[in-house]
Amino acid sequence: MNAAPDLPLWAAILVSLLVVAGAAITLVGSVGLVRLPDFYSRLHAPSLGATLGTGCILIGSMLCFGVLRDRLLIHEALIALFLTITTPVTMMLLARASLYRDRVEGNRAAPEHDPEPTEL
Amino acid sequence: MSAHILGWSLTLAQVLLAFAMGFAAVRFTRGPRAQDRVIGLDTFYVNAMLMLVTIGIRSGVTLYFEAALIIGMLGFVSTVALSKFLMRGEVIE
Amino acid sequence: MIRRVLPHPFLFVALLVMWLMLNQSLAPGTFVFGALVAFGGSWAMVALDPPRARLRLSRLPPALRLAGRVLVDVFRSNLAVARIILGGAERRTHSGFMTLRLDLTDRYGLAVLAIIMTCTPGTQWVHYDPARGTLLLHVLDLVDERQWANLIKQRYETLLREIFE
Repeated sequence: MNAAPDLPLWAAILVSLLVVAGAAITLVGSVGLVRLPDFYSRLHAPSLGATLGTGCILIGSMLCFGVLRDRLLIHEALIALFLTITTPVTMMLLARASLYRDRVEGNRAAPEHDPEPTEL
Repeated sequence: MSAHILGWSLTLAQVLLAFAMGFAAVRFTRGPRAQDRVIGLDTFYVNAMLMLVTIGIRSGVTLYFEAALIIGMLGFVSTVALSKFLMRGEVIE
Repeated sequence: MIRRVLPHPFLFVALLVMWLMLNQSLAPGTFVFGALVAFGGSWAMVALDPPRARLRLSRLPPALRLAGRVLVDVFRSNLAVARIILGGAERRTHSGFMTLRLDLTDRYGLAVLAIIMTCTPGTQWVHYDPARGTLLLHVLDLVDERQWANLIKQRYETLLREIFE
């Protein structure tokens, strides 16, 4: 179970730090999903895992396989690119669907009309 | 020595990610509304993808990264379809 | 002439290179299959018919500046949101909607702004009204609307207008 690639010591420590930090920030985001009080606040929580969490873990993986030199780093780059493009789409669609539903039902959670534009 | 450090920290990361998946599952089962469940599911997908990446680092098999890409893609498509359904009551107009 | 067979030559080359790198081989079979995939992909792009984006080298410095700013902000806002999530119950009750008037109208510029808003946790893009040029946002830590409006307009929008307009 505990087999892991044999890296030089500095790389092993750096990769370990990056991977654990990424997993920890993803965990904080998922905790927020449970702790935050209403739906629109909860929308902010998963993007912790989708940005910094994923970023740290993927950079750790790139470093690991870059040091080992056994393959190109295209997979991590593709995952990062894909997640960066798709997360805004899903979050925006969910926010708008929820706003629409709340307005149709006359729910207090959503404002009846958009607030007036903030003047600078 | 260094393989030990990396092995244990990968295990730690996997435990943390498993807890993250658990919290996402809590939101998915508890709701209270349909959109809460959808966002729980979406987070679950992202966490599962990261879990696959950590398994991929441990084993060095490229296939895990391809599986991670596919899980990410499935999560995206299903979340978009569910949001469309919540908004309009149908997926394809 | 080449555009009649290959409507998007850059996309074709990019897809082919990506395929070869994914398979990590230059065998003729991979090459032929990759070319087929890239051919299909570039013709699928024709059906989508996106508006043309112009790439100019003079836009590179502001784009790099923007990328640097976003990287810093992703880090900072992640920590800020983590602090709110793990902090006391009172800190989690300041969220709310706000509307912002945007001067940016370019579609690609707006798309990049939407990605930036989502990548920095704490601000969530909800709805853009193209007729009025206003953007509905949800902010997790909404204490002062003017401060958020200033941040978005000065930090991102001016640079995005430099890049895309």
